Amino acid sequence: MANEVVDHGRRRFLTATTAVVGGVGVVAAAVPFIKSWEPSARAKAAGAPVTQSLAKIEAGQMITVAWRSKPVFIVNRTPAQLATLPLVDSRLVDPKSDGSSADQQPKYAQNEARSIKPEWLVLIGICTHLGCVPDFVPELKPQPFDPEWKGGFYCPCHKSRYDIAGRVYNGVPAPKNLPVPPYNFIDDTTIQIGVDPKGAV
Amino acid sequence: MAKVLTSIGDWIGERAPGLAPMYRKHMTEYYAPKNFNLWYYFGSLALLVLINQIVTGIFLTMNYNPSAAGAFDSVEYIMRDVEWGWLIRYMHSTGASLFFVVVFLHMFRGIIYGSFKKPRELVWLLGMLIFLVLMAEAFMGYVLPWGNMSFWGAQVIISLFGTIPFIGDALVQWIMGDFLPADATLNRFFALHVVALPIVLLLLVVLHLAALHEVGSNNPDGVDVKHGPKGNRWSPLAPVDGIPFHPYYTVKDLVGVGFFLLIASFIIFFAPTLGGWFLEPDNFIPANNLVTPSHIKPVWYFTPFYAIVRMIPSFLGSAIWGVIAMFGSIAVLFAMPWLDRGAAKSIRYRGTGYKVALGLFVVAFFMLGAVGSGITAEVIPAWFGNVDVTFWENLFGRVMTAIYFGFFVFLWAYTTFGWETTKPVPDRVTTHD
Repeated sequence: MANEVVDHGRRRFLTATTAVVGGVGVVAAAVPFIKSWEPSARAKAAGAPVTQSLAKIEAGQMITVAWRSKPVFIVNRTPAQLATLPLVDSRLVDPKSDGSSADQQPKYAQNEARSIKPEWLVLIGICTHLGCVPDFVPELKPQPFDPEWKGGFYCPCHKSRYDIAGRVYNGVPAPKNLPVPPYNFIDDTTIQIGVDPKGAV
Repeated sequence: MAKVLTSIGDWIGERAPGLAPMYRKHMTEYYAPKNFNLWYYFGSLALLVLINQIVTGIFLTMNYNPSAAGAFDSVEYIMRDVEWGWLIRYMHSTGASLFFVVVFLHMFRGIIYGSFKKPRELVWLLGMLIFLVLMAEAFMGYVLPWGNMSFWGAQVIISLFGTIPFIGDALVQWIMGDFLPADATLNRFFALHVVALPIVLLLLVVLHLAALHEVGSNNPDGVDVKHGPKGNRWSPLAPVDGIPFHPYYTVKDLVGVGFFLLIASFIIFFAPTLGGWFLEPDNFIPANNLVTPSHIKPVWYFTPFYAIVRMIPSFLGSAIWGVIAMFGSIAVLFAMPWLDRGAAKSIRYRGTGYKVALGLFVVAFFMLGAVGSGITAEVIPAWFGNVDVTFWENLFGRVMTAIYFGFFVFLWAYTTFGWETTKPVPDRVTTHD
């Protein structure tokens, strides 16, 4: 034993393979700890659809309902508000919602009004910048943050602006239009948020 | 009695012979330059605040309830029903803000006297890591009371990671453990705030001090006393311009501690919210996931960095640019030892260009703070009337952002291409006898 020549190549190989196997073990052991930070089964189960009656929402009024603990805006837009939509096109990042914001709404809401029925606007009220809830500023009058304001949403956190269809203005921190959740009309005065209309792609 | 103590000391000394030499190395035989001035108080004060945060923090956890349903109420319970709870909580919340006051001043000291330069690069890097961990620690601590500003602060800061292409949304859900900040988020932030990050912070502080004591302290003249003549009252081998840290600087630091505690006590007892700067009014409202506070802003120590996020618009369909700029504004500080190649360490012997640039940098830092805290949004209409506030605020904030980053570019060019004319640096500290 004592006279045996030390095989350094063999020793290095064994050290390296041991280190690699040990490293793989550390990575494997880390997986459960990292995965434990994912939303739990309970958090995921809390995402059931929400039904809301529209009967009492006056023209020009907005209500906020919670869906998956996020605020969902439902606005009953007036014809005057709908008429402003083409006026602001030139100041928007993606007026047709087919560019950078193509994935911000279901196909059935990919139109100028970004809705199934033009008057009913449904949006997830979370700014696409850093997730604040924008304020609803429907008045058609100059605002401190925009002298040519045509009504829409204004985020108090970082001053992002959206028009009355949730389309984002140029030159603000938010990159995309406000998202439209999947929704459908159960009847004329009842909306269901979280479920696509029957037959929708 | 003295005999008993000596024999206990001897008993320990025999069994742990390394302790006494270690004490001497870091206290009575650590020779620090004798010309330290006011700027040199803030390192020891940072240590004092750290101890305050740990002690008051331990006592707060005894009554705090880390759940979305109970957190806000438990903080109010501490404030109203727990004996002296209000004092312990205000010591902790005021301590957090004062921590940043002393750390910012401590970092500025390092910049003006070139304390980050060779051979102290590692001291600076470890200090910057402490600053990063401290920011994470402060952010998570701010979330714990689960007020409305806690909630929305958490939402905004976590969403910064959502701007990373492809993995952003999944990463945000992973950090939150839910689709919005919720119970899971609060619980893990509590665990990180009271266990994980303090351990990391303490380890980094030990390494920061160990790295410092290896190379020795810098001083307002930027002269390395270790390389000067040897021999002082205490040792023929010690630097002639060095004095033992203990008792000389422990006594000096105690004077600083006295002044600091005077100021801290005034705030704790008479102005614990400091007019909304240390504790924001919106955080006295419970968290509400459907309503954003109308004037959302971070606590003052994050405002300059927050302003940089706000000033960079999105393009190419992504908001990541502002986030990159914000992290870049901190990352660039790590590179200071390699950006500033000037021959003179201390501002006392540096060129006029350096002093002007540094002055502008300080102004830009404060002005970015003004933008981030919403002061400009109030001042612009008040001073200039009916103007486009967003336009002027963005213009102002972007100029200040440019100056902030411009300082580092200028500093590099100024010192690399030999544009700086320095004054002669003395061989010894200027106050020697």
